[in-house]
This record gives sequence, C-alpha cells and structure tokens, in this order.
Amino acid sequence: MASNSNYEKFKSDGSLLQNALEWVDARFPLTSLWKAHLSEYYAPKNFNFWYYFGSLALLVLVMQVVTGIFLAMNYKPDASLNAVGVPVAFASLNYITHDVSWGWLIRNMHSTGASAFFIVVYLHMFRGMLYGSYRKPRELLWIFGVLIFLCLMAEAFMGYLLPWGQMSLWGAQVIVNLFSAIPLVGDPLSIWIRGDFVVGDATLNRFFAFHVVAVPLVLIGLVAAHVLALHEVGSNNPDGIEIKKVVNEKGIPLDGIPFHPYYTVKDIVGVTVFLALFSFVVFFWPEGGGYFLEYNNFFQADPMKTPAHIAPVWYFTPFYSMLRAMVWNFFWLPAKFWGVVAMGGGVVILAFLPWLDRSPVKSIRYRGPIYKTLLAIFVFTFLVLGFLGTKVPGYYFFGYAPATNPDGTEIFSLLNYLLSGDLIAQVFTVYYFLFFITMPWWSRVDSYKTEPERVTWK
Amino acid sequence: MSDQGKMDCGRRRLIVATSAVGGVGVLAAAVPFVSSMLPSERAKAAGAPVEADISKLESGQIMTVEWRGKPVWIINRTPEMLASLKLVEGDLADPPSEKSIQPEYCKNETRSLAGKKPEILVVVGICTHLGCSPSSKFKPGAEEGMTADWKGGFLCPCHGSTFDLAGRVFKNKPAPTNLDIPPYRYLSDTRILIGEDTQGA
Repeated sequence: MASNSNYEKFKSDGSLLQNALEWVDARFPLTSLWKAHLSEYYAPKNFNFWYYFGSLALLVLVMQVVTGIFLAMNYKPDASLNAVGVPVAFASLNYITHDVSWGWLIRNMHSTGASAFFIVVYLHMFRGMLYGSYRKPRELLWIFGVLIFLCLMAEAFMGYLLPWGQMSLWGAQVIVNLFSAIPLVGDPLSIWIRGDFVVGDATLNRFFAFHVVAVPLVLIGLVAAHVLALHEVGSNNPDGIEIKKVVNEKGIPLDGIPFHPYYTVKDIVGVTVFLALFSFVVFFWPEGGGYFLEYNNFFQADPMKTPAHIAPVWYFTPFYSMLRAMVWNFFWLPAKFWGVVAMGGGVVILAFLPWLDRSPVKSIRYRGPIYKTLLAIFVFTFLVLGFLGTKVPGYYFFGYAPATNPDGTEIFSLLNYLLSGDLIAQVFTVYYFLFFITMPWWSRVDSYKTEPERVTWK
Repeated sequence: MSDQGKMDCGRRRLIVATSAVGGVGVLAAAVPFVSSMLPSERAKAAGAPVEADISKLESGQIMTVEWRGKPVWIINRTPEMLASLKLVEGDLADPPSEKSIQPEYCKNETRSLAGKKPEILVVVGICTHLGCSPSSKFKPGAEEGMTADWKGGFLCPCHGSTFDLAGRVFKNKPAPTNLDIPPYRYLSDTRILIGEDTQGA
C-alpha cells in the first residue's frame, strides 16, 4: 500500500495487540503522527521554566471545554424574569452553584479557568518576546498565536455575559457600543451584534451560541494550526538559535531531544504545580479578591442602573486603559473612535512584531542594554495600565487628592500630574505604541553579543 | 501538467466562470444567516410609548422610567439647578446642542419642551460614549466626590464623562454629544408620554 508519509508502516510481531495496530496503521497514519509530533519531534534540550506555559494553555483549554459542556447542561440563556423577578439565566447560575451536585466545583473551575487561561497565555506570549520566538521562520506561528489571543478575548467577553449579572450586562453594553464608534457603519453594526437596540435576551442567546459553539471551534482550529506550524519550523529556545543547523548523520539535531518522553515528563511537573495553585483558587479563593469574579456580578442585571464602579475583568484592563486614555478628537473623528483604535491596535500591533524587530540576535541573552531597558519599562507600563484599568477615572496614586482653592480651582502642584492615574495611563499608552513603532530603529542600533553555535545551560 | 507551458484557455475560463458563479451562490446563501442576526420583527415592534406620572416628583428630584429597554430620567430642577446651566456654558462641548440628538422643540437653553415647564428635563439616561447609565451628582462642590467647582450634574462611572443638569456634556470628555432627549409630550400637567410627540412619532 502506498503511503503518503516518509515513515514506515508499523509491522506486527504477530501478537493480537500489535496485529490490531498494524491493521489501523495500514489505514490511518497513527504511528507516523505519533512519531512526527511526539516521539520523534526533536525539541531543544535547553527549555527552561518559561516553556511550561504552552502545554499549560492546552491543558486549560481542555479543562474549559470539559467544564463548559457540563455547565451547559444546566445553564439557561434566558434574560426574561422568572416568577420571583430574577432573570432565568442568573437564576440558573445560582441553581448550578447551590442545587446541582458538585455544580459549584464545575462552575468555579470554569470561572477560575478563564483567569488561569489568560495568566498562562500572557506568560507564554512574554516568553516569545524574551527569546525572539516570533522571528523568522516563526512569523506565521506567532500570527496564529495572536489570532488565538484575539479569539480568547472574544470567548472570554461573550462568556462573561452569560451569568447575566450587573457586570455582565454593562460590560457587554460598553464593548458592543465600541463598534458604534466606527464611522458610517458603526450604529447598524452594533445593532446587528446585539440583535436588539439594547443588550437583551437576543444578545444573551447569540452570545451563548458563539461562546459554546462558534468561537471554540475556531479556537481549536487555530490551536491545531499553531501546533502544526510549530512542528513544521521547530521550537525556538532560550538561546534563540536554530538547533537544526547542527545535526548528526541521521539529520537529527545534536541539541534536540524527543518531545516524548523528555518534555511530556517535564511538563507533568509543571502541570502538577499548576493544578496545586489552581485548586487553591478554586476551593478557597474563587472570587480572586474581586478580580476573577467581580463582586458586582453577584447582583442580577439591571438595565436601569449602571454600578457605581465598572471595570472589565483584569485580563482586559491594560487594553481598557488604552481605550480610556484617548480623550482627544483627532481630525474629524471623535475621541470615542480613537479609543477603539487604541484598544484594538494594542492587540493587533503584536502581530507585526516579527517585522518590527531588526536585531541580529533573537534571545534577550545576547541582546543589548537598549532592548533590556525598554522591555523592562514595557512590562512595567503594561502592568500599571492593567492596574489603572481596574480603577475609576480620575484615580490618583497613593490616595492623593489635589488641593483646591476656596473658589474650587485646583492649586497647581507637580504631584497633581505625577500621581494622576489618567495622565499616567495616557503617557504609558503612548509608550506602549512607541515601543513597537520605534522598534525597527532601536533594535538595529542596539549592541549585541555573538550567539553561540550550540545551546547553552544557564 | 503534462503539457507544460501550454494552458487550455477555454477550460481555464470555464473554471473561473464556475468559481465566480459558485462565489455568488455562497454570498447569496450568507444573506439569510447574516440577516437572522438583525433585530427580529418582535424586537422592532417593541418600544411602545410609556406614560409617567410626575405629580409626586418634588423639586430637585429625579425619577426613572423604562422606555425601549433604556432608562429615561425625568428631573424636576430647582431654580438653582436651572441657574447653574448658564454658569457652566463655557465648559461645555456643545452648549447649544447643535450636534446632539433631541426633538426640535427641546433644542433650547434648558433642553425642556418649549412652552411647557422649563424645570422638567426628560432625557435618556444613557451616556453617548459607550452606553453606561451615568450617576446623578446633583450636589454642587466636592461633597459627592466631584471637584470643588462642580455645579451639579451627572457622572458616567464607566469612562468619566460629565454632564450638566441639562444633560450637556463637558469639554474634553469621551462622550461625543449631549445626552439624547426622546420625543415626548404632556398628556396633562402631571402626566408625560415618552416615545411619542404631537408630531406623531
């Protein structure tokens, strides 16, 4: 039988089990798939701590799919009020939490899983920035990753509407209205997304459909493409050098080790530590201090009243800060539009990283002081933007309040500017974009060390 | 590709034509799916006018009624509140409400129904920025967490837009226009019909 793969088909030694495998292998590329992606996929031998987060992201994805299926068995996407005046969707969440056997556990796993997903994905993306994993030939791999991140944001956003609490409703109201900022098509577009003139039952139903069917399908497809692209070009490593350059007589990289069993076993260690931390949150701290589950979302949705403090869940807050930072009308377009551009642009600009970075080396280990300094500031600004996104507009650091004259005008003080959350968010938003836009210049002029021929241990 | 370099142009044209027709078919098939996401006939039919009784609305108070799923505020402004409208004019983005949405009969200094009670403001309580419902901050000064020169109005909790007591937005805030004013009319001295005016909406 002609084979499409370069691998030899499995030959049985005559035992029943091996006969079965031979039968399957003659009809399906089972052993060749196993070899290509696991037992004969050669990954660099110098992976460190940062390389846990890819496999952990996969684990969380599986966990979200499984817990999601079981939640969907009892959840009802219905915004109408029941006999006691509670929205049916909100009531079904309470039912899952209090009346379904182990329902509280499945729900907490799913809600904690959402935050865990973003934690591991942010660390996974930062790993890519540390070691230049987005550089040639991994540009498409990186772009698939950015698309996965976008998909994940859509998935998390639509999932957040489903409990139909106060934050669900008003969060969705704000984000869907973002689309109305687009000139000309904005208003009809946001009505089309909502399926009504306000966020209501139609919106809840379609978000449920997207959250449980459409987006997960796309997400799983993109993850498959991401892994296939990775296995096509091979993994990067903390030295940012290509292990395929130095191979033995069989063409196997000298610095490569088979993914299975070496990295499967290593990843199990990561999984164990991760699950220990994850379980702690699920069992003892599911609301995560109001960051994983916002307190206002324990109140049922009320379309007549916005909560006094409204902020998105923590994983959206850096980009939300960028949205809020835009308060000027440029050209003939309103500030609202530019806020949306900043928010969307903040994510999309990541996709251009492979072409913005012009450094002759990939890994931070061999890069110069300019990159190290600017990247450190970048991380700091991103974290501060995230922090400010959880705060009210007009926030001042350290509880500072500007002093005022008797007539009400602010007394001039440098601290009014240095401690103003609004101003800092604006400055840091500018820095975020400048970091990327000026990268082609500073990444070229920065000094660098010569990369080694072979991977190193540090 | 046995005849390398030689292309059967007739077949190529047929392939292109078939693909084009197929593409049109796919686009046509997408129409019902995309259209199914538009507001349904039932959603479009909803939104009948609602009646509000303002006989118990004291001076300086606000009441909320639901119209088309949105909060509509009715505010009975005190003389001081009305006086504040003049004071803040210089700080507003659109004091004459040129760019804002309101019926022609409410496009005036108090944004109230012309020829009726100027103290009564009927306004959609939805921020024109991203659709949150602003909170009332009626007390002048810093008492309700506003700046000391605050003259009373509304603060949107989401992105910090501020509005005066006629729903007019202050300068350099994210909201692009003043709060919308719905069509409405007085059924009697104390009853207001929101969603319909004498021009017949």
